[in-house]
Amino acid sequence: MTPLSPQSSSLGSEFALSANRKLFGKVMTGLVFTCVAISLIPLASILFMVIVNGLAGFSPAVFTELPPAAGMQGGGLRNAIIGTIITCLIGALISVPFGVLTAIYTIEFSQGNWIFKLVQFCTNVLSGVPSIIAGLFAYGIVVLTTGSFSAVAGGVALSVLMLPTIVRTAEEGLKSVPKTTRMAAVGIGATNFQSVTQIVLPAAMPFIATGVTLSIARAAGETAPLLFTCLFNQYDIQGPWQPTATLSVLIYNFAISPYKNQQQLAWVAALIILVTILGISIFARIISRRKVY
Amino acid sequence: MKTQPPNSTETLLEASTQFKVVRSIDKNFRRVTFGLAIGIGLILVWITYSLLVIALPAIQTFGLGFLVDSTWDPVKNIYGALPHVYGTILSSFLALLFSVPLGVGVAIFLTENFLAPKILQPIALTIELLAAIPSVVYGLWGLFVFLPAIKPLFQGLNHNFGWIPFFSTEPGGRQLLGASLVLAIMILPTIIAISRDTLTSLPPKLRQGAYGLGATRWETIMLVLLPAALSGIVGSIMLALGRALGETMAMAMLIGNANQANISWLAPASTLSSLIANQFGEASGLQKSSLFYEALILMVLTLLVNIFAQMLVSRFQQVE
Repeated sequence: MTPLSPQSSSLGSEFALSANRKLFGKVMTGLVFTCVAISLIPLASILFMVIVNGLAGFSPAVFTELPPAAGMQGGGLRNAIIGTIITCLIGALISVPFGVLTAIYTIEFSQGNWIFKLVQFCTNVLSGVPSIIAGLFAYGIVVLTTGSFSAVAGGVALSVLMLPTIVRTAEEGLKSVPKTTRMAAVGIGATNFQSVTQIVLPAAMPFIATGVTLSIARAAGETAPLLFTCLFNQYDIQGPWQPTATLSVLIYNFAISPYKNQQQLAWVAALIILVTILGISIFARIISRRKVY
Repeated sequence: MKTQPPNSTETLLEASTQFKVVRSIDKNFRRVTFGLAIGIGLILVWITYSLLVIALPAIQTFGLGFLVDSTWDPVKNIYGALPHVYGTILSSFLALLFSVPLGVGVAIFLTENFLAPKILQPIALTIELLAAIPSVVYGLWGLFVFLPAIKPLFQGLNHNFGWIPFFSTEPGGRQLLGASLVLAIMILPTIIAISRDTLTSLPPKLRQGAYGLGATRWETIMLVLLPAALSGIVGSIMLALGRALGETMAMAMLIGNANQANISWLAPASTLSSLIANQFGEASGLQKSSLFYEALILMVLTLLVNIFAQMLVSRFQQVE
């Protein structure tokens, strides 16, 4: 590692850079700028195409009508929008208490014992589990047991995917509350339960809430885990134990369909999902800067 | 904190009527959180177990020979995973080939003060947000925008470099290389984000020392910073690989779903996950069981890659 060797500078100008070194720097800088350009072009293209194609098919009917059957004109996404909301809520209902309580154990009670390490390891590994495997898992434990595809099965699949994010953000949130507040709570005679639920959790709440909303937003776009759990439904769902249409599965089904009208609706659905996810992500970033303590 | 039996001298606290209730709530609360923390570990075992149970008939029928068999014949009920394992690994490898140089380049660009922070921050934010785009949207874009746009290039590759086995087939509408390129775009944000974190968390002394010795900016980057950040960057690559291996929707929409292990990158192929997504709906019996066997293979693959990645990333954090 000898960046400046005596040979590289000529006799006359002892401190000047040799032409080679200057050239190397310029070439590399050029390469890096090319990298940025190449990376940004497809990403910009995705955003642009989704917005243009999505807006082209956008109308108020999108929110009020059912998806069109093959070859039909018009139609909307009403049941898919409702289905996405329901499955995401079921997923959150399972994973939020689970994740937050786990985080409370690791941060408040574990004091870095083996369970703490186990949870760290498992959340890391769990966040790398392919989403389709979460779908197959939910198929195995819910669909096969109840005998029907359902929004609940989809919610279970999504909850597996949301869990790692929620545990992690809840842990971060709890860590962000200073130790002194806990000591103060114990000092005035609070039990662990009282100090956690009445002092620490409320303080960590903004942090945890953003984590939860972010993971719900991510879950809204998941398709693979819903393919064999929610399946699809041409009509409105009557209850959580029935096959359910979701926006993401609708995008997949309609994108590979040969009908122009359905493809158009796929773009509209993509626009709705994208606006929701990016909107929530940006919003979460803004409010997560606030701190209680 | 031991409770004394009630008949001995009671403290004011213990005398309060609510004391027992409060304490039992506290104890049980602790037990519940403990149970759920253990539960997270159990979920992983449960997932593997539930896959294993359904895959068992296929495992018993085909054994490990499943991995090297390339038949997929629902009529004769013979199944093999070779083309799908091949497609999964090759597409992920090609995706890394494109996205690693790009991603590390962008990470360097974002950390080494090439432009004012005012310009860099929005770019960094945009790239992070892009990680949130669902894969089905990438698939949609790939299907209607990217693949039609890049088809002439692939045809050119085939006409001019057809003698290279990788480009030896006439490109169809969907094929392995196009899907891999979309995959590369999808994993780019992961590589950029973690490489960038690693580079920014390097001790400032390294930079100061290198500049102090008279190194140029690029000599500092190439000879000092990148070697120091190597394990973090490799970790980011492994995490991206984990994501690429398991990616389903974009691949199912773009790779063409042909049950073949073709040497040519311009031929349609299939991956473990794309096969599952495509066939699961109509499958039953041994075929469904074989699909779960494939899922199990995928699970093991991604687990190995992810655990290795975690080890690398955490080792780096300790050095720091």
